[in-house]
Amino acid sequence: MNPQLSVAALDVAYGEFQVLWEAGLEVAAGEIVAVLGPNGAGKSTLVNTISGLLRPRVGSIRFEGQRIEGLPAHRRAAIGIAHVLERRRLFPFLTVHDNVLLGAHNARARPQREATLARLETLLPLLRTRRSQLAHTLSGGEQQMVAIARGLMAQPKLLMIDEPFLGLAPRMVEEIGVLVRRIRDEQGISVLFIEQNVELSLKLADRGVVLESGRTVLSGPSAELLRSAEVKRIFLGEFAG
Amino acid sequence: MSLLTVRRLSKRFGGIAANREISFEVAAGELVGIIGPNGAGKSTLFECISGFYAPDAGEVELEGTRLTGLSPDLVCRRGVARTFQKLRPFQGMTVAENVMVGALTRTRDVRHAREQAHEWLRRVGLLEKANAHARTLSTGQRKRLELARALATGPRLLLLDEVTGGVDQRSIPALVELVRELHAGGLTLLLIEHNMRVVTAVAQRIIALHLGEVIADGAPSAVARSPKVVEAYLGQAYVA
Repeated sequence: MNPQLSVAALDVAYGEFQVLWEAGLEVAAGEIVAVLGPNGAGKSTLVNTISGLLRPRVGSIRFEGQRIEGLPAHRRAAIGIAHVLERRRLFPFLTVHDNVLLGAHNARARPQREATLARLETLLPLLRTRRSQLAHTLSGGEQQMVAIARGLMAQPKLLMIDEPFLGLAPRMVEEIGVLVRRIRDEQGISVLFIEQNVELSLKLADRGVVLESGRTVLSGPSAELLRSAEVKRIFLGEFAG
Repeated sequence: MSLLTVRRLSKRFGGIAANREISFEVAAGELVGIIGPNGAGKSTLFECISGFYAPDAGEVELEGTRLTGLSPDLVCRRGVARTFQKLRPFQGMTVAENVMVGALTRTRDVRHAREQAHEWLRRVGLLEKANAHARTLSTGQRKRLELARALATGPRLLLLDEVTGGVDQRSIPALVELVRELHAGGLTLLLIEHNMRVVTAVAQRIIALHLGEVIADGAPSAVARSPKVVEAYLGQAYVA
């Protein structure tokens, strides 16, 4: 079966500064995939390129068989790719409700936005209980939930989350982990996420892709990557393997 | 006697203990790597050593003389220079003028300072940019400029904060080579590095921080295998 998302031989540069070198990854429909790698490996650049915030110099991105690397970001959102940005990027002085509604901007999602929201409220009760609260007054974990809800309002087939657990208390990390799993299990949405914490990521994901210095050097089922000597070498250097 | 002594150094920001009772010594001529996951307290440690932050408790000494409490410029005159993770060139000056600012901490002779600036720019491979404005440089070139400016202050101890961070992969080997040359020339270096391959390649000794505390201090091979370090970077599952 063809993967839902297929990225191949991607080179991405900021001016002369090339960050990704022939990067590639695949996500099957309904899969949870973690993108791992040390600081500066190019994880956010990869996800930003998939969502269309950055343009690759060369390489292909296919979504449900269609080449999309030439599409602008809003068109990619409309065909089913949602991107929850690093540090959440909510509109701090809008309410929870308004932040979430803005996620349903695309023409496919907009007519159904009330129904989508009603469905999300059962998954995330804070959308109702905190409805009129300004986003900046929420805790970090609550903000992350609202950011994920905003992504889901676009009715994506693939949800990409950049560092869902960044700066969260352990209890919140657990809640967000459960949420990600439910999004996949109950709604069939594939999830691609970036995370620094290797063990935590692989316990949540079906599969991991490891970036090292801008190259996707390793990918495999989570169980294989957990305890892999190669993963140790990538994060801790030659002596660690 | 050790060149640098850090004794029970602590620094808090509100409820967060960025550095907790950090102690270590660095002998003259050593090249020591400081590693740790995001938020470990590495940059805070540099800020405390270089006088940008006043620690809440503990001491920093250079050859037995207290540095704690001195302003950054005085710490620099005592022989401790640093680079910044977030690059801070003087934007309105040329590349050579930036480096002269460093040299002028040691001499009042502007011509002499200019000569020294050009010499350091040659050493870091930036001489052809001497008359360019600092703001026109690429990130990699700015890193080299920071290095030249710090070196021009004539330090005995150089603190390098992420010298390869944000630098094009192709420029890293040359920067690593430069660090090696400086060390071979007798300079003592303390190197914050996220890139473990860089740090294990150049450092003789590594100090690992996690959540503000020293969790390992020793040879790179021992530190990279330390269960506490493996757990901090990867999680309990990877501890053999």
